[in-house]
Amino acid sequence: MRTKIACFGGIYNNYLAFEAAIEDARLRGAEQLYCLGDLGAFGPYPDRVFPLLIDNNIQTVQGNYDHSIGNALEDCQCGYTDPRDNYFAAISYEYTLENTATKNRDWMKELPVEIRFSWQGKRFLLCHGSPRKTNEFLWESTTSTAFLERLTDDYDADIILATHTGLHWHRELKDDRHFINVGVLGRPENDGTTHVWYTLLTLQSDEQQGVSVDIEFVPVEYDHQRLAREMESENIPQEFIETIRTGWWTTCLEVLPIKERRAGKY
Amino acid sequence: MSAVPVAPLASLDELWFQVSGTLCNLKCEHCFISCSPTNDSFGYLSLDRVMQLLEESIAQGVKEYYFTGGEPFLNRDLVPMVEQVLQVGAVTVLTNGTVLKTDWLKRLRAVDQSSRYSLEFRVSIDGPTPEMNDPIRGERSFERAMQGVSLMCEYNFLPIITMTRTWDEADDEQILGQFREVLKQHGYARPRLKVLPRLKIGAEAQRTAGYNQFERITPQMMEGFDVSQLLCNHSRVATDKGIYVCPILIDSPAARLGETLQESQVDFPLVDGACYTCYQYGSICANPSSKKMEA
Ligand code: SF4
Ligand code: SF4
Ligand SMILES: [Fe+2]
Repeated sequence: MRTKIACFGGIYNNYLAFEAAIEDARLRGAEQLYCLGDLGAFGPYPDRVFPLLIDNNIQTVQGNYDHSIGNALEDCQCGYTDPRDNYFAAISYEYTLENTATKNRDWMKELPVEIRFSWQGKRFLLCHGSPRKTNEFLWESTTSTAFLERLTDDYDADIILATHTGLHWHRELKDDRHFINVGVLGRPENDGTTHVWYTLLTLQSDEQQGVSVDIEFVPVEYDHQRLAREMESENIPQEFIETIRTGWWTTCLEVLPIKERRAGKY
Repeated sequence: MSAVPVAPLASLDELWFQVSGTLCNLKCEHCFISCSPTNDSFGYLSLDRVMQLLEESIAQGVKEYYFTGGEPFLNRDLVPMVEQVLQVGAVTVLTNGTVLKTDWLKRLRAVDQSSRYSLEFRVSIDGPTPEMNDPIRGERSFERAMQGVSLMCEYNFLPIITMTRTWDEADDEQILGQFREVLKQHGYARPRLKVLPRLKIGAEAQRTAGYNQFERITPQMMEGFDVSQLLCNHSRVATDKGIYVCPILIDSPAARLGETLQESQVDFPLVDGACYTCYQYGSICANPSSKKMEA
């Protein structure tokens, strides 16, 4: 038995990358598609994300952004602490809140904070930041293996999938368990390239081997110049547009641990 | 609702090592645990003890590690300690930056490059000029700390500069801007800065004033409050005299919770004035990358 599952992280209004990723996942044979939340922020035209989710029957976790926009809260609960980071976060939050239709806000409000399923006895847990907190940052360089083992024990899961940080990574744990950050489709990964990432899981089971899970991070090219032009016409700050065009993060940098920070330009 | 607000230990995420006790080469006037070259009420942690605690912490699923003092680099085993702990999780060293040696940084940079985990430094400097910093932290301490920062940058570290706010909160932005410029002139191209509130205990209580009796967390204040904002909700600190609730309150005998991490997993009554500052400002001791907020 064999199946493929695609997991998409934060969309951040980047409906163009989202479209490209859905198509790519289908071509690779993904039978079930999931989104781990943070539909808004950063990019243009928030409402264009929702038809893609609904028409493609994508099961979606509620991210901190979706909780905020859905309930029209004061801010995005992204968990930034630096004044400059918060300044830019507030601009995209206000834009997204103003430009999201009421029916889409209502839809987001009802999203679950986690999705669980089993496949041939393997227990999957899809969440946004961590299983215990929607907006917890689990960075590769500051999250110990011992801690991740504890999460899989405490939350009765063999495979935990999350997003929220904007950077994909994977840690193999004992007894064939895994923690996976699926990356995001909303913006590139601060490495000077313009593509974005999603995660493709290939699940297989046979008599001899039991169940195996193959994890593949998939880069997605999309028309990022078009996105940048649309962001310009919506008067979204140049700092965000620069990230889309160059692949370097220009904001939200102060939450990065040193290893992740050093990898970037700013 | 009990008469005294308490913080449960929800999850032991960060383990602090008080590696140099209350011994420090400086004697800052605002030091909340009154460290000095002669204050040995807490002493050095041994490498053996750190390894033993590390072992116990793995079983508990600790997420990351902090080294503090006093001045951690006074402990001659600090470098080997960091080398060991960094195999298991991320390490942050809180230092005054004035006693660094090139050899140590070389070794630390090497282990940093071979580990998957981050090695962070936090350097305390209390303002962008000697005129602001030195009256509090001691003569020439600004110059010496900035030399330390430059040396760290040479080894490709990006230290987080922490300033204790001894000015009006409204002036934060201007002072941060000025400090960024000064750091750039010292070879630090993309400075990371963090402002901390004063804790009015220890030496600081003498310098200005301690807490007023009304500056306490009341049970009413806990209603609807996200207790994970408090360090004691997810951390413990190991000293040579046992495990304490947090690095702030080690001078308070009630803050000693036991000999092992297991024993220290008890609720703690938030009766100190310092708890009031934590309440107001959140997890002031944690790195920005570790901050958890209520969703
Ligand atoms: S504030 Fe830091 S550097 Fe100053 S005396 Fe205390 S421990 Fe030493
Ligand atoms: S000082 Fe802060 S961290 Fe320590 S016990 Fe009080 S509230 Fe908790
Ligand atoms: Fe998020």
